Amino acid sequence: MAECFDEMWGDAGGLRAPYRGFHDWFAEEDPKRLRAKQREAEEIFRLTGITFNVYGRAEAEERLIPFDIVPRIMSGTEWHRLSRGIEQRVRAINAFLHDIYHNQEIVKAGRIPQEMITRNDAFLPHMIGVAPPGGVYTHIVGIDLVCTGEGEFYVLEDNARTPSGVSYMLENRETMLQMFPELFSRNRVQPVQNYPANLRRSLAACAPPAAGVDPVVAVLTPGIFNSAYFEHAFLADQMGVELVEGHDLRVVDGRVAMRTTCGYKAIDVLYRRVDDEFLDPLNFNPESQLGVPGIMDVYRTGGITIANAPGTGIADDKAIYSYMPEIVEFYTGERPLLQNVPTWRCSDPDSLAYVLDNLADLVVKEVHGSGGYGMLVGPTASKKDIAAFRRKLKARPGNYIAQPTLSLSTVPIFSRMGLTPRHVDLRPYVLVSPEGIRITPGGADAGGAEEGIARGQLLSGGRHQGHMGAGGLGRCWARPRMEFSGCIACWSGPRTPRA
Amino acid sequence: MYRLLERAENTARLIETGQRIALTRLNEPDAEWRPVLQSASVLDAYLAANETVTKDAAVDWLLRSHENPSSVLCCIEQARQNARMVRTALTGDVWEAINAAYMHARETLARKVGERDLPNVLRALRQQAALVRGMTHGTMMRNEIYDFARLGTFIERADNTARILDVKYYVLLPSTLAVGSSIDNVQWESILRSLSAKGGFRMEYGSKLAPREITHFLVLDKRMPRSLAFCTSKIRDNLSYLNRGNREPGPSLRLVSQIEQQYLSHDLDQIFEFGLHEMITELLGAFSGLARQIELDYRFYE
Repeated sequence: MAECFDEMWGDAGGLRAPYRGFHDWFAEEDPKRLRAKQREAEEIFRLTGITFNVYGRAEAEERLIPFDIVPRIMSGTEWHRLSRGIEQRVRAINAFLHDIYHNQEIVKAGRIPQEMITRNDAFLPHMIGVAPPGGVYTHIVGIDLVCTGEGEFYVLEDNARTPSGVSYMLENRETMLQMFPELFSRNRVQPVQNYPANLRRSLAACAPPAAGVDPVVAVLTPGIFNSAYFEHAFLADQMGVELVEGHDLRVVDGRVAMRTTCGYKAIDVLYRRVDDEFLDPLNFNPESQLGVPGIMDVYRTGGITIANAPGTGIADDKAIYSYMPEIVEFYTGERPLLQNVPTWRCSDPDSLAYVLDNLADLVVKEVHGSGGYGMLVGPTASKKDIAAFRRKLKARPGNYIAQPTLSLSTVPIFSRMGLTPRHVDLRPYVLVSPEGIRITPGGADAGGAEEGIARGQLLSGGRHQGHMGAGGLGRCWARPRMEFSGCIACWSGPRTPRA
Repeated sequence: MYRLLERAENTARLIETGQRIALTRLNEPDAEWRPVLQSASVLDAYLAANETVTKDAAVDWLLRSHENPSSVLCCIEQARQNARMVRTALTGDVWEAINAAYMHARETLARKVGERDLPNVLRALRQQAALVRGMTHGTMMRNEIYDFARLGTFIERADNTARILDVKYYVLLPSTLAVGSSIDNVQWESILRSLSAKGGFRMEYGSKLAPREITHFLVLDKRMPRSLAFCTSKIRDNLSYLNRGNREPGPSLRLVSQIEQQYLSHDLDQIFEFGLHEMITELLGAFSGLARQIELDYRFYE
């Protein structure tokens, strides 16, 4: 495995500045105490019920989110640079969604082929001509980033449907504050605790015209057996809004209303954690028990805000991903601040030829596949697998994209041997409303479960958008940890005034 | 959730009583477990799964069997599941208390509980339940969520007291035979113990055990927190809080007032004249009818 960039030690083995405070603290600590603390943290997690459910067993089992006591630390300057790029990208995604469901200027301008949109499974014809309240499509976005070197970040994936994981970031931070207060006194850490309040405010700002002065917000969950149920309940609780399931809701007098002990009460903004397909049995999957019959009709007449809007999945489709640099430029008129991972579209004959010649070095992904099913990781695949994949690729080239393997950065985690490097990615959470774009200075990070294949892009392998199917959080949130951003005020970043 | 929690606690108390009575009996210690199973209304299901009533099997059935949906473990698991479903209606303190009770129960009840450990296990279960109740009392808003929590508690408690009386009513009947015999004393004591009523009774009536006083205490005394009259008046209070703002009392509130008038506003002689057993049987039916009416009135299942 090639040498990769370590976020604590850099390339050359010199301690990087953001980690100085942590390093000093760690050096003074007794590993025994830290191990005891780690167990204590797990006890806290178990007691507060910070769990996710695992599917595929007779009884949905609740698992703890693995917790690591080593924070991932980023300097304020670096965070600031990243947030500008994230903001630009999120703005472009919203403009793109508005455009493709209205005039399709980007297609007319010849920047994206027509069939990429209209023949895309993630394109939702029901949304054509619909103007979502406040003009916002993606109220909550999670942008998955990977780092490959000093200041080198790539966007691995945009999550524009229902990104999850934010509750783990918040609870993690809360637990760290309880366990290691001294770490926070030594480092100045940007707070993330306002996320639920900001989320509520942001959602309320997108209320439909039918709403009153104080919009009624609710969180729609598929139910207690969903893998991310804890998060749904957590966010509803922290925002102080109702947590509802499909059977609590019905359409009453042209509004979506929830059952209460004194009759039905209209909802203005629904933060739904149910996939598009299951949202409305009258308009989409008729078998769905999770949705609300007729909600799309209410939506089209401005009776409710659905967050995120239906049909946003096209913006994080893997085939569209390769057009993101063009999309950012087209709508913002600026050069993209965040880089895409170079991507070959196999529908293009020249690219296909290149990919076929270099299969052993590339990662090939199915464009609509969510997760690691239809994918080939060249460097770790056997000759037989490569040959088999070559046939699939030749049969339906338009179904695939290819990317080079990247040498991902490592961050330290606390293991039996002390600090051990581990590959991770980073997902910051972004809120969009007419009031503006708000990025929470922190994120969840997911580590490759199997050390050997973490190199390259397998990190994105097991990730699911909606957690409706098998897989889900089990693998991908292997190691969500806190991000310290802008923590060291004295040398960089958002300068906190000193007394 | 609160109904299940109350049931778990009541069952734990019944096991404690059964164990004590069995230990203080000289012959046939296993025989005492049949009425205990009966008091918990699980005797038929128990006999369908087991041939004979033995102490070990009975305790296991009541405490941790998954075949018995009213076992302490099943009730706590279900209560915690319900708490998860209504997580946003509870304070963090209440949620953590119920989750801790669940974690603790899963751990201590993972295997059969030996006789030596039984007292400690039962004590801990009751303490955990008390912690949930305490957190509820200390941290929950006094809104309709709280009213429903209290309704669940008192409906279950009234039901529990009525069931114990239903099984043991015959030892409370006025009779010229065998009054004051030691067998009756044991029986009366077991009734009081299984309702945590021994101390309260002693305070009111001294140490003399007599069926008439015990009946009055458990049915009509409004200061005794597990008596039928007490539970019913709490149910009425909470239903009338829920009914605030309505001009007319709702169907369930009317029903509870009717129960109070029909059964609990008489004196003891009238009750015995009507028949203690008949009254208890009718009351059991009335409580379950009331629970159904509350579900209807407040759209629990729609």
